[in-house]
Amino acid sequence: MQIIVCIKQVPDTTNIKINPETNTLIREGVECIVNPFDMYAIEEAIRLKERCGGKITALTMGPPQAESALREALSLGVDEAVLISNRAFAGSDTWATSFTLASAIRKIGHYDIILCGKQAIDGDTAQVGPGVAAHLNIPQITFVKKIEEVTDRSIRAERMMEEGFQILESPLPVLLTVVKEINEPRLPSLRGKMKARKADIPVWGPEDIDVGGDQIGLNGSPTYVAKIFAPERKGSGKIFRGDAEEAVDQLIHELRSGKLI
Amino acid sequence: MSIRVIEEKCNGCRLCVRACPFGEISVEEKLAVIGDGCTLCGACVPACKFGAIEIEVERAKKIDLSQYSGVWIVAEQRRGKLQSVTFELLGVGKELAGRRASELSAILMGHRMAAAAGELIAGGADSVYLIDSPEFEHYQDEPYSRVLSRLINKWKPEIVLAGATAIGRSLIPRVAVMVRTGLTADCTGLSIGDDGHLLQTRPAFGGNIMATILTPRHRPQMATVRHKVMKAAPPDPARQGNVINVEVKESDRFTRAKVVDLVEEKEKTVNIAEADLIVSGGRGLQAPENFALLEELALALGGAIGASRAAVDAGWIPYSHQVGQTGKTVQPKLYIACGISGAIQHLVGMQTSDVIVAINKDPYAPIFQVATYGIVGDLFEVIPLLVNKLRRR
Ligand SMILES: Cc1cc2nc3c(=O)[nH]c(=O)nc-3n(C[C@H](O)[C@H](O)[C@H](O)COP(=O)(O)OP(=O)(O)OC[C@H]3O[C@@H](n4cnc5c(N)ncnc54)[C@H](O)[C@@H]3O)c2cc1C
Ligand SMILES: Nc1ncnc2c1ncn2[C@@H]1O[C@H](COP(=O)(O)O)[C@@H](O)[C@H]1O
Repeated sequence: MQIIVCIKQVPDTTNIKINPETNTLIREGVECIVNPFDMYAIEEAIRLKERCGGKITALTMGPPQAESALREALSLGVDEAVLISNRAFAGSDTWATSFTLASAIRKIGHYDIILCGKQAIDGDTAQVGPGVAAHLNIPQITFVKKIEEVTDRSIRAERMMEEGFQILESPLPVLLTVVKEINEPRLPSLRGKMKARKADIPVWGPEDIDVGGDQIGLNGSPTYVAKIFAPERKGSGKIFRGDAEEAVDQLIHELRSGKLI
Repeated sequence: MSIRVIEEKCNGCRLCVRACPFGEISVEEKLAVIGDGCTLCGACVPACKFGAIEIEVERAKKIDLSQYSGVWIVAEQRRGKLQSVTFELLGVGKELAGRRASELSAILMGHRMAAAAGELIAGGADSVYLIDSPEFEHYQDEPYSRVLSRLINKWKPEIVLAGATAIGRSLIPRVAVMVRTGLTADCTGLSIGDDGHLLQTRPAFGGNIMATILTPRHRPQMATVRHKVMKAAPPDPARQGNVINVEVKESDRFTRAKVVDLVEEKEKTVNIAEADLIVSGGRGLQAPENFALLEELALALGGAIGASRAAVDAGWIPYSHQVGQTGKTVQPKLYIACGISGAIQHLVGMQTSDVIVAINKDPYAPIFQVATYGIVGDLFEVIPLLVNKLRRR
């Protein structure tokens, strides 16, 4: 079984702060982590390999420092990793990102299952997974919360929906995006960490995956961010302190006059 | 395509450093230096008073935008029933179509859906493209995306909207790739700019920032729209519209991934994402039995129960109630947080609620920073008082 996991390095949103004067993100000292949903994708890849054997390749497109995300994946049990990195990829939206990842996956060649996280916590789009499947013209199962069965030809999985779940069957190759419910990620072993530290991680640029021009980076991106601004904060609201009974009366009064209750 | 600092013009004034949303610009020896994490967002270019930063874009070959007209919404049905987000899409679609002096159409895929087509017209659609066939009864990625892409290529709508639901967020990204256009996820605001482009506004970084996104050179402009943000228009049964029956080809029915079963979990999972009023509890509740307190309050107000991850991890309440980054995103009219500190991972799941009430004994709890109203006090005293007074009315 040849498994590919797409992972993204993201700033840890726990620490993100907005500069109130400029309405911009303060990134100083913000730690980068592997997108939490991708940790479930890595774990699921390892479990699939434990069940069926095979090889796992982790893939990321990002700046040079995204290499550390790949080393983390290697320490957990991923076999190989590839970093897709070049200034020409900067500014990629989900169309260009999924095109670039799909091109790299084509170059890797053989693949049975591609795993992605449900969404990345920076962009929150959930579009890259289905985008990769569309570029490769393979079936997809999104929001997978359980893999029920897998053979060397097909897979059966549960897709989470608002009102319950769907059970789907698909031939391989297939792309899955996974949600938190699917597993509990393991911690890296000491041996894994050693191996990860020493591993060679190739860096692929546009020539390596035969892409360029109006398909990658900012040029290849149909969308364009026109403006970034801080959301209106509800804050500096009315805070009632002191006597509980009084506070409750005031609250009920406010909610009633706002026709909220 | 690249970003460049023109050395002769840059004097190291740091205006760009302040303008960069990503903290990727630094000044070294009186010269701006762009970091590797630059996303080419372009915020620095207008911020520079000296015209010292340049982004060169080799423009892709021009698409004739004028060929495209009309607003489409993708109707969502489950078990033959139109979902409420569909009517919200009709509401905003109608407005956008009005601004562009064009028509609003709905795309409806399903089986035995003729009556639903009438509902869409009553809800504001001028026409309905109806794909009615047994293979389309349940949502399946491949047939749905194939047919929708073909219709888009043929009829060339200017705007295509779908709900940001599990279905919408599976279908539309596939279609956007197939028709080679831009897609903006999970929008909370849509409007038409002066130049006729669709301004798509959405939260990013877990709601910490808002971004307005354009699709300047491609058509259609596609977006998924968050549930319960747009207003549905009241239905008008007298409205007339035409239903276009779309022929289903043999090849349209082909699918590799097949739905073999649907399992509903209605009783178990109260769908808090749908609720208009949520009473939510955290570690401050101290014990599972205290959720009974919340239930009384929820009952008195007619709301659903939410929870922080701390309460879920402690096993006090099932995961389906969890609000936040790794739980559900909710947007009720009223969200009452009881004994929840307001960690960012919780806030991202609820901070777009219309009105937020916080009850917490710690006056410095971050939840108060997003609260519209707050009570600093012991929830074991405050909640029973609230329940009593609400019951008495
Ligand atoms: C990757 C990641 C994902 C996460 N995802 C989520 C998520 O989806 N949702 C989520 O909620 N969290 C999430 N978290 C966890 C989050 O960081 C916080 O740990 C969690 O939200 C805290 O829950 P809490 O507010 O209930 O508990 P605490 O932070 O312990 O707060 C309890 C609050 O109750 C107050 N209190 C105590 N007793 C009383 C009383 N008698 N009366 C009034 N007030 C009282 C205290 O003052 C305190 O403010 C995530 C964390 C990580 C790292
Ligand atoms: N730059 C990237 N490199 C590798 N994988 C990515 C990248 N961006 C997104 N992904 C994958 O696509 C999923 C969805 O991301 P998004 O569409 O950005 O929310 C993530 O969980 C990753 O699995």
